[in-house]
Amino acid sequence: MTEDLREGMSRRSLLTHCAGWAGAGALYTMTGGIASSISLDAALAAPPRYGKTKPFTFLQISDTHIGFDKPANPNARGTAIEAVEKIKALPFKPDLIIHTGDITHLSTDAQFDDAAQILSGLGAPVFYVPGEHDFLDEGQGKAFLSRYGKGTLGTGWHSFDHNGVHFIALNNVANLKPGGMAHLGDDQLAWLKADLASQSSSTPIVVFGHIPLWTVYEAWGWGTDDSAQALALLERFGSVTVLNGHIHQIIQKVEGNITFHSARSTAYPQPAPGAAPSPGPLKVPTEQLPSMLGIRTARFVRGNEPIALIDQSFA
Amino acid sequence: MSRFSNPVRYVALLLTLAVPGIGLFAERAAMAAPAAKTQTVSIKMFAFTPQVLTVTPGTTVTWTNSDEDPHTVTANDKSFHSAALDTDDKFSFTFTKPGDYAYFCSLHPHMTGKIVVKAG
Repeated sequence: MTEDLREGMSRRSLLTHCAGWAGAGALYTMTGGIASSISLDAALAAPPRYGKTKPFTFLQISDTHIGFDKPANPNARGTAIEAVEKIKALPFKPDLIIHTGDITHLSTDAQFDDAAQILSGLGAPVFYVPGEHDFLDEGQGKAFLSRYGKGTLGTGWHSFDHNGVHFIALNNVANLKPGGMAHLGDDQLAWLKADLASQSSSTPIVVFGHIPLWTVYEAWGWGTDDSAQALALLERFGSVTVLNGHIHQIIQKVEGNITFHSARSTAYPQPAPGAAPSPGPLKVPTEQLPSMLGIRTARFVRGNEPIALIDQSFA
Repeated sequence: MSRFSNPVRYVALLLTLAVPGIGLFAERAAMAAPAAKTQTVSIKMFAFTPQVLTVTPGTTVTWTNSDEDPHTVTANDKSFHSAALDTDDKFSFTFTKPGDYAYFCSLHPHMTGKIVVKAG
């Protein structure tokens, strides 16, 4: 498919395709480590350049919460299926898909089995990281790891390379400490250090994990208490994109060469930070719900060229 | 030594038997197994309420989750812990020894609470 994208479909036509279904979706780009929000026209006008890396598209899906049936969305199963249908209907196939956690609502075998069935047949490999909802079985993650832990270390962390981009999957929902937020832990940080040591600073890095790796809102636990150590290890890289879920809404932040992006859920929205007495499922008028659920496409062009993230709602 | 060789003890025994025995036994039974003491903590809007609860030894504390999100009740030292509590699920634990028992939600660790157990 990558070959098709390079030879059969120009960048302009691809992005035009994206625009076709993105509607008013925002486009976020990163150039030379400086992220900015630019207009789609400006992105289209940028000339494509190819280097060591090959252009490709990948996709992020998050917080499917299979098993959730409360008033905020009595049919979270149905909206997860809708997300799958939207992915299948894309005008191009993503090379790979990342699921940034909370696959299930309550970590039961039945919910994991149902999720696997719903998410099968996407036509691309899916890489999972767990959310806290996937780690609440009595085995503290046993159910998740028995399904998705193969070839991973510790509580499920791992890395892989695709077309010159280094992907790092982190678990920050295991062994959480009283009074803290999300947590990576010393073992995972030591692994991350070793994993990054062999990477050139010019290698584009994509980090994905469930809970944001920057502090979105401490009072609600929306952050990772030892993320500074991970970010210090990522500082020397020219292009780092951090993709998270958990907060069920799109929020971005730039810190040096690192850009952070949280994604929408396919199940239900949550309030904006501090906009309600507590986090949790947000009940909105039924007709408003589709505009608050969504999936995300990431278009990688080359090296420190922009990674274009296009968020598509269900509306 | 015969059983009633001590006259004082013999008299005491007679008195014990003569006094309304049923009432005495009932009172003793009540002291040995006092009426069950219970207290509740609500889990709502990502908080334990009351956050600090003081109880006497032998009190059973019951937590009820009213949120749409699951929560746990997990002792900081792991001496007790609930399974994940879905909406309206309950968890009970009986505190027998005096002391401070700090706990948190292992899914949302910014949620913390404490049970203080001390003789009344």
